[in-house]
Amino acid sequence: MKSIDPETALALYRAMLRIRRLGERIEAEYPEDEMKTPVHLSTGQEAVAAGVCAALGPGDLALGTHRGHAAYLAKGGSLPALVAELFGRAAGCCGGRGGSMHLADLAAGYAGGSAIVGGNIPIAAGMALAFAMRGEDRVAAVFFGDGAAEEGVFYESVNFAVLKRLPVLFILENNGWSVCSPLSSRRAGELAFHRGLDPALLFSAKVDGNDAAAVYAKAGKAVRRARQGLGPSLLECLTYRVGGHAGPEAWDPPGYRDLREKARWRHRCPVARMRRRLLRAGLADSEAFSRMEEEVAAEIEAAFALARKSPFPGPADIAAFLHSEQ
Amino acid sequence: MNERILTHSDALNEALRQALEADPAVFVMGQGVDDPFAMHGCTRGLAARFGEKRVFDTPLSEAALAGVALGAALNGMRPVYMHNRPDFLLLAMDQIANHAAPWRVMFGGAAGRAPLVIWAASGRGWGAAAQHSQALHGLFLHVPGIKIALPATPYDAKGLMTVAIRDPGPVLVFDHRDNFSFSGPVPEEAYAVPFGKGVIRRQGRDLTIAAVSRMVREALSAAETLAGRGIEAEVLDLRSIRPIDHDLIAESTAGTGRLLVCDTGYPVGGLAAEVAATAAERIFGKLKAPPARLALPDCAAPAGPTLEAAYFPDAARVVRAAIDLMRR
Repeated sequence: MKSIDPETALALYRAMLRIRRLGERIEAEYPEDEMKTPVHLSTGQEAVAAGVCAALGPGDLALGTHRGHAAYLAKGGSLPALVAELFGRAAGCCGGRGGSMHLADLAAGYAGGSAIVGGNIPIAAGMALAFAMRGEDRVAAVFFGDGAAEEGVFYESVNFAVLKRLPVLFILENNGWSVCSPLSSRRAGELAFHRGLDPALLFSAKVDGNDAAAVYAKAGKAVRRARQGLGPSLLECLTYRVGGHAGPEAWDPPGYRDLREKARWRHRCPVARMRRRLLRAGLADSEAFSRMEEEVAAEIEAAFALARKSPFPGPADIAAFLHSEQ
Repeated sequence: MNERILTHSDALNEALRQALEADPAVFVMGQGVDDPFAMHGCTRGLAARFGEKRVFDTPLSEAALAGVALGAALNGMRPVYMHNRPDFLLLAMDQIANHAAPWRVMFGGAAGRAPLVIWAASGRGWGAAAQHSQALHGLFLHVPGIKIALPATPYDAKGLMTVAIRDPGPVLVFDHRDNFSFSGPVPEEAYAVPFGKGVIRRQGRDLTIAAVSRMVREALSAAETLAGRGIEAEVLDLRSIRPIDHDLIAESTAGTGRLLVCDTGYPVGGLAAEVAATAAERIFGKLKAPPARLALPDCAAPAGPTLEAAYFPDAARVVRAAIDLMRR
């Protein structure tokens, strides 16, 4: 904890707690089938989004994936607008158009989520190119999974970002699984970028993705590098998808992974870890944690109530975008 | 009045130059935009004039670079991403069809607009064969959210590109290699050729020929031949196919009663099919014969000269198709 100031440590914990508690609420209510959108939760992976976004400034941009609630919230996206989006309501962050997989809150710097694996990577490089062309002191960060690192566009984008020294952070959130396919059936050995490039061209690092402070520290280095005009970084955050690919954890089919592995990772819960560290460092006591829990619970409760009261978009809203090229 | 005459490629060059001058957000990228070929001359001199930050060569990474263009566009820039041939756009299909095209609608407008232009030049002949000859606008026509222009004249090459760059959303511009050396009147100042407005290139009472790109010239040449046989063809240049001027096609065809669509692309599910189907929907009662399509044969392009001659439609084929249509 010595590398991180108390305020940031508490903010990291709070950011992770909101993601976790909202995920749990979604899991609990999802079987009621009011949220008719495929939800991909980040249970156990909260430290990646929280750590990276804490290192970004309000003027920086982040892009996420289909598993995007965590990055959206950590970047400051509106929680009520996210919940309303899951309920398909007009008050949703995308007016009920995007659903769980396509979130955006430009005011917060969350520039969008793509459900095409790897598709957001070059877009982030392009956003960084725009910053660089205008000489702005801003960076773009893009979250993507281990599956996306198998797409050719990942290689192409890193190459271009290195070539142009773009202020972009490639955040590889390696959770070990692509639906039910383990990393071992998709990749042999290390990611080539960790060994293959001059460190002056690409800052590349592996980091414990269940340690928010560690992610924050590495992301901070990447952001400083980008702001100095030194170019892109690639952080491979090693974490684990303790839940299923989509929907509540209870819907995760049996038979494709060793449940002891899952139990081991659950034990490494990033939220509990940060809580223990805060306690040890004397930065928060049980009363402070209870207060935080209550605040988060109230925020989530209010968001669900508001979402349920909000109107649905109607047929006229389809017409608004018909022949949208015009 | 003295009209200034420019080649098609010089007209496009001027459109790019004027857009770069007018708006600091505009930039031009693509493999070879700064090389001696200069995209058939279309980008000649631009890198020297505007610098390598605004006119730059790229890695061949079509998929990533299309995404880069999209990201820059979403972040306030107006990129023009140039490709030698549409065939290579297929490598960028994910960014075009899954990302750029739906972006605005997918986020309900909350994630901004993407004012990017992707340009490519179709080819044909000289043994270019299956992977260097395709005119793939029909494939992109299928996808909502993108505008598509196919200039047939130097005037339109400049005016449509000018509008494409100013447009708030993603635009594909398909030029044709065979058009680059043709010349025509081009005003010096920047001007707009609006999308969705076709133009009557030749008036006629007996049949309507709706064409795009290189086929406009073939259709006009065919119309002269047909006139010698007492058949007066009205030739429409559609200019853009998304949006497309269905009103003009319907109006003209309602007057002539016959419609022949001439496309540079494939016949199945393509531009000609779309135009013919819409005309049938709109003015079925005024048709004297079913709409006819003249497009490529339904197979990949061959290389050798005799096969090429049989494969690509020309004015003679337009004449035959028109006469067949008149006999129905």
